[in-house]
Amino acid sequence: MKIKTLSRPTAQAQTPGSDVARMPRNLDPALHPFAKAREYTRALNAAKMERMFAAPFVGQMGKGHVDGVYSMAKDPNSLQRFASGSGDGVVKVWDLTSREETWTTSAHENIVKSMAWTLDKKLLTCASDRTVKLFDPYNTPAGAAPSATWLGANAFTGISHHRSKNVFATSGSSVSIYDLERTSAPPEVLKWPTNHDTISCVAFNQVEDSILASAGTDRSIVLYDLRTSMPLAKTILNFASNKIAWNPMEAMNFAVANEDHNIYIFDMRKMNRALNILKDHVAAVMDVEFSPTGEEIVSGSYDKTIRLWSRTKGHSRDIYHTKRMQRVFSCQWSPDSKYVLSGSDDGNIRLWRANASAREGIKSTKQRQALEYNEALTERYAHMPEIKRINRHRHIPKVVKKAGEIKGEELKAIKRKQENERKHTKQQFKKRQNEREKMVLAAEK
Amino acid sequence: MDENHPQQVRDSQATSNNGAIAIKRARTELAGPTDAQIQRRKEAEKEYGRGRKIHVKGIRDKKLRGNLKSLESKYKDATLRLKDSEILHENTSGFLEPETSLERTYKVRQDDIIRDVPIEAAKKRFDLKLDVLGPYVCDYTKNGRDLLLGGRKGHVATMDWREGKLGCELQLGETVRDAKWLHNNQMFAVAQKKYVYIYDRAGVEVHCLKKHIEVTNMEFLPYHYLLATVGNPGYLKYQDVSTGQMVIEIPTKLGSPTSLTQNPQNAILHMGHQNGTVTLWSPNSTTPLVKLLAHRGPVRSLAVDREGRYMVSTGQDLKMSVWDIRMFKEVNSYFTRQPASSVAISDRGLTAVGWGTSTSIWRGLFTKHALEQEKIQSPYMAWGGEGKRIERVRWCPYEDLLGVSHDQGFSSIIVPGAGEPNFDALEANPYENTKQRQEGEVKSLLNKLQPEMISLNPEYIANLDTQSAEQKKAEKDLDKKPNADPIADIKNRGRGKNSSLRKYLRKKGSRNIVDERRLKIEELRKSQNTRDTKKLQETEAELGPALGRFARK
Repeated sequence: MKIKTLSRPTAQAQTPGSDVARMPRNLDPALHPFAKAREYTRALNAAKMERMFAAPFVGQMGKGHVDGVYSMAKDPNSLQRFASGSGDGVVKVWDLTSREETWTTSAHENIVKSMAWTLDKKLLTCASDRTVKLFDPYNTPAGAAPSATWLGANAFTGISHHRSKNVFATSGSSVSIYDLERTSAPPEVLKWPTNHDTISCVAFNQVEDSILASAGTDRSIVLYDLRTSMPLAKTILNFASNKIAWNPMEAMNFAVANEDHNIYIFDMRKMNRALNILKDHVAAVMDVEFSPTGEEIVSGSYDKTIRLWSRTKGHSRDIYHTKRMQRVFSCQWSPDSKYVLSGSDDGNIRLWRANASAREGIKSTKQRQALEYNEALTERYAHMPEIKRINRHRHIPKVVKKAGEIKGEELKAIKRKQENERKHTKQQFKKRQNEREKMVLAAEK
Repeated sequence: MDENHPQQVRDSQATSNNGAIAIKRARTELAGPTDAQIQRRKEAEKEYGRGRKIHVKGIRDKKLRGNLKSLESKYKDATLRLKDSEILHENTSGFLEPETSLERTYKVRQDDIIRDVPIEAAKKRFDLKLDVLGPYVCDYTKNGRDLLLGGRKGHVATMDWREGKLGCELQLGETVRDAKWLHNNQMFAVAQKKYVYIYDRAGVEVHCLKKHIEVTNMEFLPYHYLLATVGNPGYLKYQDVSTGQMVIEIPTKLGSPTSLTQNPQNAILHMGHQNGTVTLWSPNSTTPLVKLLAHRGPVRSLAVDREGRYMVSTGQDLKMSVWDIRMFKEVNSYFTRQPASSVAISDRGLTAVGWGTSTSIWRGLFTKHALEQEKIQSPYMAWGGEGKRIERVRWCPYEDLLGVSHDQGFSSIIVPGAGEPNFDALEANPYENTKQRQEGEVKSLLNKLQPEMISLNPEYIANLDTQSAEQKKAEKDLDKKPNADPIADIKNRGRGKNSSLRKYLRKKGSRNIVDERRLKIEELRKSQNTRDTKKLQETEAELGPALGRFARK
């Protein structure tokens, strides 16, 4: 008879002389019952922990401004320097690591409408006092006079710098292209032939860098090409747009912050419909920006909140607000896409985490693996109702919540009315208009 | 070469004369899997596969197709990796094999085994002589390290059997019907004369569960932290031992139960009754999930294998049946000479049956991958016949040991090939130290499953509810054309017994659901009836009072 029984030497459990117990594994599914149920429970715990650790607000920049912050610009060549412009014409430059002011000047007579950094780390500011000024915050003391000034015929509303050439564009009554190397030369003017209204913002495409887009108060979005010095196309939306932001990774896509509370993402080749609509704000969207990865969007709104969005999803993934934050007029991603900055009417510039529960700092391998595992779990079970509810749960200011409810009711009423009208008119034989095409009123070429 | 490929040679001569041989249909792609690789993949799929694959080619949605494709490849990779990880297993299972055709394994005595195995293994064979307060019931902890003994007349003891160290000893002085370890060796529950009590490892009474009255059988669901008890009144009660809440009390309405066991794969309780039925229970239903007639007499004992595929039941009718509990079909049935009082299935599928004063151990009553289960002619091993009436048999997890408790104490006998050789330290560790036990306890409490998650198919969790999603989508689409009305197609003939409406009603209308469709049918039927009676009256009037009764209905 051949006989063998199980006998495990004691040294197998723990090596003699060592205080580390061995952890042998056997991955046979028979030894691990309820694998899926337990994994789901872990995912639920992970989702709860993620919300437990959510603390988005980091702090504010120095003592802020005296008047509201209406424009911000980050230096594309630096991780830690950015400028902010206030309603009283004061421009300040900040250091992100110390959160302190490094440079300040009283640049304009009233609201600093927009700012941009040049390739040689100088700051361009424009205001409604009909001037564009060039400062050098890195090399001059605070309060220094501008190194160059351009005087325009009308108030300036927006400014944007070219990615690689020493050229910048301003908006006002028309889009003007200035050459930094020839300061005395008159600007090249780009204009849609029939345009008479103010253009509220202009933005250079950072990838396909001779394309620029502008938004006007006549509800239009116009695309221009620098190579031909011609406008390309004009699209009129139902409402005016406040801001345009190009996707830094996808050359043809840009986001539009609209007065109708929505953000529209357009493909510049197909302007008859939006690629995506981001709906959640309950007041006009004042500013929008793509993250440096091109995957996410931050937006600031007149409803005193900031929202963070995924480019592909229709609703925001997070909402940031504080009791003291007033209407948000500008928001920015930090160049490492880990933080978000917001400038609001109360004169403060606030620094937020882009991911509310993320923490910087060195982590042990175990900690990092646990975080990664939790993230993978919540993603895998994101469709489960309980996890979905926890992930989506946010504390929203009462005013915003109420406004959202009222807005929902109103939209429902409009829809109901339209449906009722449809039932009794010829419209019932037509197909309903696609939601993503509704906001486009007309397109011209 | 030339003889083998005359055609190729001729071709090459036709095209070039440098001596090179042109090959038709040259293989330009990289080498495919070899036969060995394919074989290996098949084996991995058989052992660790996750069921049928999803055919991604038919999916039109690009994003979904991409996601599913990557998921499928992950699954494939995972099964192969699992197969690969087998190389890390440190131990191989025990065995008892005859060397000549005349030898029989069931003739091997415990003394023979002890002589042939190492001293360390031979030490595991021991007897506890406790002949005063018996018969005893026994229970091992999940990792098999500690043993709990409960004597009918009130003697309860715990011990670390490997070291022979007594944990605690209680003289309760009242009837003990059942004793069970809870999630680890720190607490155990004892079903006493009236109530169930929970004691800690030192034997201090921690809780008295006054809602569990006259309990005869207990089961503990370790992943759900549920203590399930059932007693003479026939009430099945689930109590959460981590929060202390009573989850549900279910009246079984089948009288006093005769046996209780759990399916370790899905935490469903199997209960045997006096009338020979076995009922399956979950805390989410007040009625049994399944009721099956297993025996022609009380069901004495039940056991389910660790993968939840087979159940073995023994009854007063001298039968032992093997059931496939995926289909609830009897696979085979065997005779026992006396009614078997206890049955248990080991990790590797050995079935121990205690009947009368002896225990027989069967191997191969069911095999995992076989299509047809063969009927076994003789048991694998046997023990007893020495006048010790068997009360309960339990396998020691991760060891080649069978614990047999009887009216004269407890015996631990060696059964080669019974235990799972390779344990998973994160699941149950027989050699764990205090720190590991504490950490494991916290982890398992964090991962505690909710009682609502118990169902016959534990894999249902996180599956997509495609039906309601489809409905939602359909409701959202306002431009969608409404479904063709099934009633509109019915011809409005309305004569005779075989009208199409009648036929439709016969086939579909008898369901007891009043919905729009049903109302419509009813309306149609009514109108048809009135039309018929009207027609009849008309013809009657036409025929006159004398001939009216001949009018055709």
